[in-house]
Amino acid sequence: MTDARRPILFTLGVFAVLALLPAVFALTGWTSGMGLATRIVIYAIAVVALDLIIGYGAMVSFGHAMFFGVGGYVVAIVAHHTGLGELPFGGTNAAFIVWPLAILACAALGLVVGWLALKTTGVQFIMITLAFAQMVFFLLISVQVYGGDDGMMIDRRNTLPFVDIGRPLIFYYLCLLLLAVWLGFCRMFVNSRFGLVLQALRQSERRAVNLGIAPLSFRLATFVTSAMGTGLAGVLWANYARFVSPDMAAWTKSGEFMAMVVLGGLGTLTGPIVGAAAFVGLEELLSMWTEHWMIVMGPLLVIVALFRRRGLVGSLLGGDRAH
Amino acid sequence: MRTDPTTGPALEIEHLRKTFGALRATDDVSLTIERGELHAVIGPNGAGKSTLITQICGELRPDSGHIRLDGVDVTRVPAFGRARLGLGRSFQITQLCGDFTVLENVLLSLEAKGGGSFDVFRDPRRNRAHRDVAMHWLDTVGLADFADRQASALSHGERRQLEIAVALARDPRVLLLDEPMAGMGAEESGKLARLLAGLKGRYSILLVEHDMDAVFALADRISVLVYGRVVFTGTAAEVRENPEVKAAYLGDWEC
Repeated sequence: MTDARRPILFTLGVFAVLALLPAVFALTGWTSGMGLATRIVIYAIAVVALDLIIGYGAMVSFGHAMFFGVGGYVVAIVAHHTGLGELPFGGTNAAFIVWPLAILACAALGLVVGWLALKTTGVQFIMITLAFAQMVFFLLISVQVYGGDDGMMIDRRNTLPFVDIGRPLIFYYLCLLLLAVWLGFCRMFVNSRFGLVLQALRQSERRAVNLGIAPLSFRLATFVTSAMGTGLAGVLWANYARFVSPDMAAWTKSGEFMAMVVLGGLGTLTGPIVGAAAFVGLEELLSMWTEHWMIVMGPLLVIVALFRRRGLVGSLLGGDRAH
Repeated sequence: MRTDPTTGPALEIEHLRKTFGALRATDDVSLTIERGELHAVIGPNGAGKSTLITQICGELRPDSGHIRLDGVDVTRVPAFGRARLGLGRSFQITQLCGDFTVLENVLLSLEAKGGGSFDVFRDPRRNRAHRDVAMHWLDTVGLADFADRQASALSHGERRQLEIAVALARDPRVLLLDEPMAGMGAEESGKLARLLAGLKGRYSILLVEHDMDAVFALADRISVLVYGRVVFTGTAAEVRENPEVKAAYLGDWEC
């Protein structure tokens, strides 16, 4: 069964390339490469999370940037108040406390949004997730304490024991490690007993219900899981850029995430990582040439959507089992 | 409320009514399926057979009347709840998970029996006990060699066979078969008829079917549905001789 091993080998290849990137940058002396690679890996975490609900749960969320934004803002807000000495026990800068807190905030938001959005399907679902994301976006814009339109600077990254994630190389490998763990979890998730039911609901809800499945709980649990993964990406972004702004939660960001998923290959988990790399990489390349990079990127997306319906690498990843 | 599940009828339908505007799709239907009985429902097109099935499995709520499964009133229980209580069904238009393999479709049936699991760590394909049960039923319906094939790659007849395996693997208390032979060739429907004959006595089955040869050969009792009403219930021989049934069908079939 070489077919069954191909996705695994491909995934290992992707991680091998990502792991070797810093060496390539060091050899070629391309200094801005590290930032680019870090952004790719962080976005990859978010789009794997998005693929979990779109590709496996058929829940097309057009508001996933809200979790990216909230994850980032929790980091920034805790740092802000810690800096002012307003928090009990002097606040904290420890990643072990701040990051889980941010992810829990995303879970809570995901629970509310998911519960309401899952009362509908299809276009209505898309609309409700978009509406919630817009509410979060305008909330962030209007709260002047936290920078409003301008966003907030973060003085320094959160701290971990033993390693200094203030150093770009270490931070990159931490992000890569978290992507690997997250991807492994998602892979296990979709192949589990839970995942079997989730995927059955995508293919034939009527069949699943007549076998004894109550759809809401399965879909909601998946939505919340995805929100937490996207929140983690937001946390890492805030630490990477040491800056958060309402743009993190803008609907255009949600659209970019979705484009990365479709570009790489819906319902493959690994595919969206390639999608993120292709999207972020192209954006970087094209914007060196023109600031209107979307003029080139747009047609490219259209071509991929039309002629490679399983995305760039979907067919390599057993995409014949996806849509 | 619950009567002894080993003695009472497996499924009781009492005075079921459902109207759509002026159309009486189900008009005071009462049916009983005894334990181990194969009870067939026949009727001309538009007689309300599908409407009746969807009410029994819970997808459609009746205007009035009662449905009891093993003595438990399930009239207000949603479809997934009835499935958990032991109601199994096959669909007239097959409802399978096309991206799953044949085996995964049957494993899903076993997983879903208790309402599904929130276990995100274990792979259901590695559940030895479930695999054995699934393979047993795939073997019974003649699909054992196709276990690893994608369900969407099956032929029409094979999909119908898989529907039966999915319904049987969970050991249902009552089995609803909605035109299991529809669109099958003579050879395939003959095979399926032999399979159903082999199940007789072990399961309580409600069979809705157009294939009259199969119905007359298999059914312990037959109910004839015309314009939403049960005009007659009896054995195959009684149904053949009944003038009301003959009138309803007006020589639609030769007896």
